[in-house]
Amino acid sequence: MAILFYIAAALAIVAGLSVILHRTPVYSALSLIVVLGALAVIYLLLGAPFIAMIQVIVYAGAIMVLFVMVIMLLNAHREQPIDRSRFAHYLGGPVLIALLVEILFAVWRQFPVSSTPPAVGLEGDPASIGHLLFRTYVLPFEVTSILILVAMLGAVILAKKQP
Amino acid sequence: MDTASSLGFFVMVTIIKVVVVMLVLLTVIAYLTWLERKVVAHIQSRWGPYLTGPHGLLQPVADGLKFLFKEDIVPLEVDRLIYWLAPFLAFTLACLSIAVIPFGAHYQFHGHELFQLTDLNVGLLFVFAVTSLGVYSIALAGWSSNSKYPLLGGLRSSAQMISYEISLSLAVIGVLMISGTLSLRGIVEQQAGLWESGGLGILPHWNLFLQPVGFICYFTAAVAETNRVPFDLPEGETELVGGFHTEYSSFKFALFFLSEYANMITVSCLATLLFFGGWLGPVFGPGWLRLLLPVLWFFLKVFCFLFFYIWMRGTLPRFRYDQLMAFGWKFLLPLALLNILVTGLIMTWVG
Repeated sequence: MAILFYIAAALAIVAGLSVILHRTPVYSALSLIVVLGALAVIYLLLGAPFIAMIQVIVYAGAIMVLFVMVIMLLNAHREQPIDRSRFAHYLGGPVLIALLVEILFAVWRQFPVSSTPPAVGLEGDPASIGHLLFRTYVLPFEVTSILILVAMLGAVILAKKQP
Repeated sequence: MDTASSLGFFVMVTIIKVVVVMLVLLTVIAYLTWLERKVVAHIQSRWGPYLTGPHGLLQPVADGLKFLFKEDIVPLEVDRLIYWLAPFLAFTLACLSIAVIPFGAHYQFHGHELFQLTDLNVGLLFVFAVTSLGVYSIALAGWSSNSKYPLLGGLRSSAQMISYEISLSLAVIGVLMISGTLSLRGIVEQQAGLWESGGLGILPHWNLFLQPVGFICYFTAAVAETNRVPFDLPEGETELVGGFHTEYSSFKFALFFLSEYANMITVSCLATLLFFGGWLGPVFGPGWLRLLLPVLWFFLKVFCFLFFYIWMRGTLPRFRYDQLMAFGWKFLLPLALLNILVTGLIMTWVG
């Protein structure tokens, strides 16, 4: 189990780096799919098969397909690096490292290395997740879906040609 | 038994099961191509393959050898890595979903399920997850070929597969509501027995009779999802030369070809499990027969679906692209949603 976790985690990190380092958009998108797949494996190891499968179906199988399709439609090949902003060039690295240290510090303070993972008291099976979504948190859940619907409508209206 | 040797035993049994299932799958795929050529030929008043072996029975072997020994032409301007990756991705994903399909009744051999590689409690979702990734192989093959017809084929197919995947998933929700489980084995076991009333005592307790609309939605979407006639627009010989695999040759082309047939088998298996009671059927005779008859029923039911696929290919013309999209979004999707609503209402009413 531990070995599988380290393999999946390493894969996620390497693929995540390749998302931002690749100059060809298709390769970046493909790396992102690998990241999502590796995360699904980690969810599986955490005992949440439902979340793992939904992760693959929704993110890798639907959203990323749209990304890949748009990249294909635009037929985007290699990106040309643009070195216009000297400000970003010099400050980007330090700001990134500061942010990373801050996040790591917060995580470490919350969960010391020696601590055992907190018992959530939750099963990862579809039924219990369904109960949470449609009984306990039904209002936030529905409000979120309305929000997404409104955003979608907005996108359709903006994209529509003016008469 | 200590843990190390039991782990070794587990790995060994699993490997044997995987090898056997893969061999059966590949043989079935090979002879499915033969069956398709034969059936379509007879529909069109021809003989089909006849010269290689009796009734052309060795034709799949000859085809396989031909694919292996043909020159592998790689066009100059392709995106090398993705061009290579796409066919292997297609074939791997097509074969992966067979892992959760149960072929026969529950039978434990030294603590191992004999007729299923693994029983996930989210088995159905696993199949959908794998199928939803299958679109990448086609889209990437079309893009990486760096040629206009494959690109058009790839674009068409990604749009088509995303559209019909939604109907495909929604169509089975009715079944899930009735059975209350995502495990494929659980869904089949819940269909055991006969109808108590109104079935004349011979009608089996299949989900088909509870979910006829769901089945029609599922099968239509499944045909579109596997890119078969009448929804074979990603290939569309007359419009796109050969669609996404135009620039592929030799063994890489064969992999696309095989994965299409493997996908057909997967969706047929799923239709059998979800709506036609899987391996359930009359079981009698001595112990070994009781064990093997369910497997036979399962294969027979799957065969009927595969025959239906081929039958459709010999009968129906291809959809136009806008018709395909309008049909998927304006007819199939609302119908599947309505089916869920009606099922829910009836279930609440009946209790």
